[in-house]
Amino acid sequence: MLQGYVVVLVSLAYLGLLFAIAYYADQRADQGRSVIASPYIYSLSLAVYATAWTFYGSVGRAASDGVGFLPIYIGPTLMIALWWIVVRKLIRISKANRITSLADFIASRYGKSALLGGVVTLIAVIGILPYISLQLKAVSNSFTIVMQYPEIVMPAQLGAVPLLQDTALWLALMLALFTILFGTRHLDAAEHHEGMVAAIAFESLVKLVAFLAVGVFVTFGIYHGFGDVFARASADPKLAPMLTPLDGVAGSYASWVWLTILSMLAIMFLPRQFQVTVIENKDEKHLATAIWLFPLYMLAINVFVLPIAFGGRMHFPLGNVDGDTFVLALPMAEHQEVIALLVFLGGLSAATGMVIVETIALSTMVCNDLVMPVLLRLKAFRLAERTDLTRLLLGIRRGAIVLIVLLGYLYFRLAGEAYALVSIGLISFAAVAQFAPAVFGGIFWKNATRSGALAGLLAGFAVWAYTLLIPALARSDWLPASLLSEGPFGIALLKPLALFGLKGLDQITHAMIWSMVANVGAYVAVSLAGSPSAEEHRQASLFVDAFRREGASARFWRGTASVSELHHVLARFLGAAAAHQALSEYARARGRRWPEEGLDPDADLVHYVEVQLAGAIGASSARVMVASAVKEEALTLDEVRQILDEASHVVVHSHQLEQKSRELEAATAELRNANARLQELDRMKDDFISTITHELRTPLTSIRAFSEILLSQPNADPAQRLKFVTIIAKETERLSRLINQVLDLAKIDSGRAEWHVSRLDVEEIVADALAGMGQLFKDKGIVVETHVESRLPRVKADVDRLIQVLLNLLSNAVKFCEAGKGRIDVTLSRAGAAVRVDIRDNGPGISPEDQAVIFEKFRQAGDALTNKPAGTGLGLHISRQIIEHFGGRLWVESRRGEGACFSFTLPVEARAEDEVRVAG
Amino acid sequence: MALRSLSRVGETGLPPPERSTMDTRQTKAQRLVALCLLGFLLFNYPVLALFNQGVLVLGVPLIYAYIFAAWAVLITLLALVVRRGNGA
Repeated sequence: MLQGYVVVLVSLAYLGLLFAIAYYADQRADQGRSVIASPYIYSLSLAVYATAWTFYGSVGRAASDGVGFLPIYIGPTLMIALWWIVVRKLIRISKANRITSLADFIASRYGKSALLGGVVTLIAVIGILPYISLQLKAVSNSFTIVMQYPEIVMPAQLGAVPLLQDTALWLALMLALFTILFGTRHLDAAEHHEGMVAAIAFESLVKLVAFLAVGVFVTFGIYHGFGDVFARASADPKLAPMLTPLDGVAGSYASWVWLTILSMLAIMFLPRQFQVTVIENKDEKHLATAIWLFPLYMLAINVFVLPIAFGGRMHFPLGNVDGDTFVLALPMAEHQEVIALLVFLGGLSAATGMVIVETIALSTMVCNDLVMPVLLRLKAFRLAERTDLTRLLLGIRRGAIVLIVLLGYLYFRLAGEAYALVSIGLISFAAVAQFAPAVFGGIFWKNATRSGALAGLLAGFAVWAYTLLIPALARSDWLPASLLSEGPFGIALLKPLALFGLKGLDQITHAMIWSMVANVGAYVAVSLAGSPSAEEHRQASLFVDAFRREGASARFWRGTASVSELHHVLARFLGAAAAHQALSEYARARGRRWPEEGLDPDADLVHYVEVQLAGAIGASSARVMVASAVKEEALTLDEVRQILDEASHVVVHSHQLEQKSRELEAATAELRNANARLQELDRMKDDFISTITHELRTPLTSIRAFSEILLSQPNADPAQRLKFVTIIAKETERLSRLINQVLDLAKIDSGRAEWHVSRLDVEEIVADALAGMGQLFKDKGIVVETHVESRLPRVKADVDRLIQVLLNLLSNAVKFCEAGKGRIDVTLSRAGAAVRVDIRDNGPGISPEDQAVIFEKFRQAGDALTNKPAGTGLGLHISRQIIEHFGGRLWVESRRGEGACFSFTLPVEARAEDEVRVAG
Repeated sequence: MALRSLSRVGETGLPPPERSTMDTRQTKAQRLVALCLLGFLLFNYPVLALFNQGVLVLGVPLIYAYIFAAWAVLITLLALVVRRGNGA
């Protein structure tokens, strides 16, 4: 099954499948139904970080030093925790400014500088060449090994291969072709490649499955689980040191730390990572899933690395099999052809994913930030006058892809054999790490200048080239070996592997330390030595304040333009259809229809057109094209500062406004409550007034009526006249009684009553009251009996008020007793710390509903219409107020047909504050 | 009555302040930064050296068991912080 043609066929079939997935995803994207708008696809696409290096190289590294492969994955895990702040900001800035690549980002930040964009592109391309070469090396090696099946022969042992028979070359060409088909079928204004993202998400799954398969096979197929592998390894004297891998090599901890830091930077600044993380991101919220899912993927793909590494060492003890090939050699040695094929496919998948995304990202940079700016400035090209540039742009990109892949192959031929896979890859990591100061400084530090970024990048790159690139070439005999052992021109202090005498570190750590020192040092020093220009200032605030500027960005522009010129420019680069659509959308967002109605050629439109263009040709080129189409007046630095100042004032002012409106809301809520309460009281007052006027009107009406009768009939019967006058007198009395009671009630309710408190004997007061009503009792023939407990204590109360209460209760009792048969019992007793008085009558009793009602103002027992008892309805209410004022209780117990018993208590210990309380 | 017209006052129609969303975001960001620092601590010299012994834990060398276990714990914490922020 592992014959050559089978392998080739399966590989082509797999690549065809990838292409089909990409095609399908692109179709769906064009229809607006994107398949990749899922946090899981986003997270899987990030796993393009794991390339053939992960697939083959990790095991190789683990086989030689145990843990050295791990920081590459732990670093990103730590960095990803910070993504919530950093990458969110990057995404927001990139979307707002239509950033299409890493070079575009840096160029745009530092004043849309074409020079900076070009430098970044060159560094990126040169730096990534080793990485691409490692993919080619890994896949071509694995293909060669598979071809030797069932023998296990290392490719190095096969001798040098002539160019046209080199698998790696054919592989390179095939990958270039594939990438062109993938990524340059058409020009997307925002540089989104949905098909590519879908395809690499799929291939992330494939490589994970493949690696897990071989891992499971080795751990549980060849050996009997993790314990078995490690137990046997610890028994082997040659392998035992690997159980404590961090001993020995001095500086191994330093190496660990720097590798971690290096990987943290690589996960951000590898062009392919920047592309999938920032530019291809569909929704900020997907970050939330990626933050844990991507590290989980990396953990999963590394779980079996150690068993495979140890297993390989034990299976091939002679050391003739390269650690980088264990994943393939082990299943082959055990004649597991299917697994071996799957492994090959996994490795191919990993390498393909990397090359596709990396070269697409790099070609975009080359096209937008390297070639276009140069062409625009070349008068001979007369670019400004060409009408349709889309074909030119696509051509440039395709050429760039082929060139980059072939350069990667060239590096492979020149220097690929000198190092193991991981070491090759780390060289690229160190190269892209040089972008870190410029980018991190760019999004957090407003004073960073273009010159500073340029100085830092060039310094860092120079040191990188000197400490990593040159030694690689020297080791492959393209440069004299004395360069490494004695230094250039014999200057020992400048030895590429021990600059300024820094010894004892591994090559990568050494290079990282010096390049970062040079990079950050130059960046900070040059930035602080100068100051940002007007353009840089504008971009700085757009970038650094990206979180604060939600949507509204200051328009720094002054000049004259015409809409047709701008339309023309757009059409040249985006095509007529896309240009028309862009302007229509712009108009629609402002509630206009274009081209029926005109558009104002103002700063907003110019900015919009520039942003659209930037998506196709990069920010700096877009700037140039738009500037050529309109007549722009330069803003001085002061004017820019003034605009910024105003903008920041507005922001501060709106914050203050927001705060004031919040306070206002709180105040209004309080006011609303107070208003509700006032309305309630208002209503109660209305009720009260209407009831009183009604009560007053009744006797008044009688008095008037009878008075008028008397006046109109001077000769009426004296007996009848006497009767009428009596009625008038009685009604008058009733009226004044009512008015007195109302005044009384008002005084008590408002707390303005006068209370004269003294210690008194309840028995005496009751006797007085009974005496006062004696005539009334006799008239109605009511029997009154008193029962008094002996030695009752004195209470503190107001004499007059107490009599008022007693009179009220007694007169009520009289009112409801039947004449001649009535009986009232008055009982005085002691109840705890109080004196209790009960007044019981044998009247008709009070129903439970009425019992609740009679103590309310103007309420009486009985049906108001037919059975209105005499009285005002205020008496019991006032009595209760009085008793409660003294700290007692007034209540009734009664059953219909069994009379009523009104009782009240007066506490013996009156409240201290009631001593002679006067109106106040 | 004059009192009734007061009920119209106070309908400003302003949306309630978005304080809670911003605070959640900031807390989430701070927690994630803390996790990053924790990771640095767990995967660096002093702590790593402690586990660099030649013993086997459940058949696995201590240092490897520790690294993978700590890594898994860190990932779980990341998931929790990010989930809780979104769910709130």
